[in-house]
Amino acid sequence: MENIDRQGAPAGVEQRIDVYPTHRHGDFRLRPGRPFPFGATLVPGGVNFSVYSSSAQSCTLVLFRKGERQPYAEIPFPDSFRIGHVWCMIVFDLDYEDVEYGYRMNGPGGPGHAFNPQAILLDPFAKAISGRDVWGAEPDWDRPAPYRGRLVYEDFDWEDDRPLEIPIEDLVVYEAHVRGLTAHESSGSRHPGTFAALREKIPYLKDLGVNCIELMPIFEFDEWENSRQSPITGETLFNYWGYSTVGFFAPKTGLAATGKMGMQVDELKTLVKALHAAGIEVLLDVVFNHTAEGNEMGPTISFRGIDNSTYYMLTPEGYYFNFSGCGNTLNCNNPVVRQMVLDCLRYWAADFHIDGFRFDLAAILGRDPWGAPLPNPPLLESLAFDPILGKCKLIAEAWDAGGLYQVGSFPAYGRWAEWNGKFRDDARCFLKGDEGTVGAIAKRVSGSPDLYGANGRGPTASINFITCHDGFTLHDLLAYNEKHNEANDEDNRDGESHNDSWNCGAEGETDDPGIIALRHRLAKNAFTLLLTSHGIPMILMGDDMLRTQQGNNNTYCQDNDLNWLDWSLLDRNADIHRFAANMIALRQAHPSLRPRDHMNGEDHSGAGYPDLSWHGAEAWQPDWSDGCRLAAWMIAGPSCQAQCREDDFIYVAMNSSWQAFPIELPGLPEGRRWHMAVNTALATPDDIHAPGDEVPLDDQGSFLIGDRSAIVLIGK
Amino acid sequence: MALDTSLETADGTAKITLAGELDASVAGQFQELIKEAAEHEPTKVVLFVENLSFMASAGLRVLVFAKQHMGSEVDIYMIAPQEPIRETLEMSGFASAVYIQDTYEE
Repeated sequence: MENIDRQGAPAGVEQRIDVYPTHRHGDFRLRPGRPFPFGATLVPGGVNFSVYSSSAQSCTLVLFRKGERQPYAEIPFPDSFRIGHVWCMIVFDLDYEDVEYGYRMNGPGGPGHAFNPQAILLDPFAKAISGRDVWGAEPDWDRPAPYRGRLVYEDFDWEDDRPLEIPIEDLVVYEAHVRGLTAHESSGSRHPGTFAALREKIPYLKDLGVNCIELMPIFEFDEWENSRQSPITGETLFNYWGYSTVGFFAPKTGLAATGKMGMQVDELKTLVKALHAAGIEVLLDVVFNHTAEGNEMGPTISFRGIDNSTYYMLTPEGYYFNFSGCGNTLNCNNPVVRQMVLDCLRYWAADFHIDGFRFDLAAILGRDPWGAPLPNPPLLESLAFDPILGKCKLIAEAWDAGGLYQVGSFPAYGRWAEWNGKFRDDARCFLKGDEGTVGAIAKRVSGSPDLYGANGRGPTASINFITCHDGFTLHDLLAYNEKHNEANDEDNRDGESHNDSWNCGAEGETDDPGIIALRHRLAKNAFTLLLTSHGIPMILMGDDMLRTQQGNNNTYCQDNDLNWLDWSLLDRNADIHRFAANMIALRQAHPSLRPRDHMNGEDHSGAGYPDLSWHGAEAWQPDWSDGCRLAAWMIAGPSCQAQCREDDFIYVAMNSSWQAFPIELPGLPEGRRWHMAVNTALATPDDIHAPGDEVPLDDQGSFLIGDRSAIVLIGK
Repeated sequence: MALDTSLETADGTAKITLAGELDASVAGQFQELIKEAAEHEPTKVVLFVENLSFMASAGLRVLVFAKQHMGSEVDIYMIAPQEPIRETLEMSGFASAVYIQDTYEE
């Protein structure tokens, strides 16, 4: 299909003017605006400004020339420009490229209100924000209106791109921080730590085989929030992760190489388009539980000064509820805030072609305005049934800092998936050889039917992970018994103390070849477990090359080597990267590892086998006793439900004990033979074989499984 | 430093030379030049930018304007952009709207 161009327009259409100035303020020509959409929108000849406040008594538009300290104009919204609670005005003849804007609002005092006419407020709907244009560049602390809205064009050419709509069961997710991926000098990026640099890493992502990247927060945040000097290193500690939103509609300017030119929107869209062209979906980690304004002591940036009691959950005395652990709690089930969240996600889905969202501390989104958990939370329901988000992945971190833990019970409406914290915990305990974990790991491997089966949710409700940004990396899980967070300047009090980690015999780095080999073997076991489990696997950035955070399990403030991926690890731990890539390929080659429905031990086709069966040292005899450390299961592809029936037999055995022993293999139908795809007891490159290159076993009846080892056999 | 421009049209080709700095304040000048070129209904627009040291987003957006104004079938060439401009074109996705070449042959 040809692109449409303006030459085809009927005569007169280009010249028609239906938006013309009717009012004047000084040299500015004005017109009553349109209440929707909120924010600043380009209209013919001008800009439509629209902002909501339920109790403001006056509102003034404040205009700056780009980069100048003081405003060049302040235009009060005439009373006649207010419709209901919405102030809206079209201002003509603005220089789109050069203008920055904010609002002044005044209103009543008393509990719940926080109007301050001295403050110049950021538009909650600003689509681009200036003020932190270059990551880490020290701001002018005295600048009036430190964060300002900017205007955004809608001229990006997506060509034929749109969200990829990969079936969720086929996803392999890679969780990454935009800056962390390329900030290290070993990345060789010309613009380290940016969207542009991430685009250069697409070949790496393709080679690894992931088809989805989940970006840690990229909505505008302030890396300088709560910044301080480390007493240990003297370095600045930043708000590096970015779980503290300044503006929900704006990409973080400092993550764009072109941010100082105001082109962050273009750069991010270019990245998404390129990822899509490579077959990689983009999920955003979104933080709707709180904002960067903190508690009573925090700065007035936007929401507080516009409509404090609408946007925040407040006690009757007007103090901030703190279910987020970050000072305030966004009032997501207030209808206006709910609509803002919806508008926001629709904008990212429609304008940035984002494929889905992971909601930080999502249990908060199910609390009523006074904090009580709702049985049927309107926001979660609205998101699940929204037409524009209809094909988006919706993923909940199903707990919050106020003690609400909803893994397995998050209100899902048939749509929501969850970060499965129980998978993480059970997988860690099993992998390090804890007693009494075989029963639990069997549930996790089969997609956690105990959590999701009862209400009809399949394995696709479960985002399986062993590590994520929050906690140890995979390397550190196998190298540290204790967290080592001293660099965070909180006396090692911060971060989770219960990590289910095991250092394999030495705390931290070691030269002991035996310990190093064991760590590599356990890392491969972890990839085997994660990628043969039903549900959606998620891999933490750099775990495929054993990235270390030197035992720090809460690196939220570290803008340095603790968080920056050292690409030289790709050579040093080439065996792990090769293993991970082949393991992903194995998963993608076998639809029965990616079922939409839980397997229940039935034979769905009359092929003579249960779809999923459990085994022990003897075939068909699983041992669920506490002392057992062998989990073994077989998927009979031909007996599966139709969606994954075109598959072989797959046998996985994981021995987390310190002893090797023979295991009996279940018999295959005539004509099929067991082939070895994976044996982590062997050194690279014999530890894993690419799909199609599996090695036939001489002994089809039994297999000597190594200590702390995993095998995957293909019956074909 | 100001923006120096020139326009030459012949045989369906509009040749525009830009030198100096194309910041937001002079983007309108570039846009007027595009409009002027469009009156000749060219099939090809060639921008000689070897001596252009800076191009703000406002200037890049004029490229989109040119496409919209003249029609998507008009090809736009940028000849010998300096490295920072070439990079910005690539990072912001504007590179897909134009053909970037080191030299131009008739």
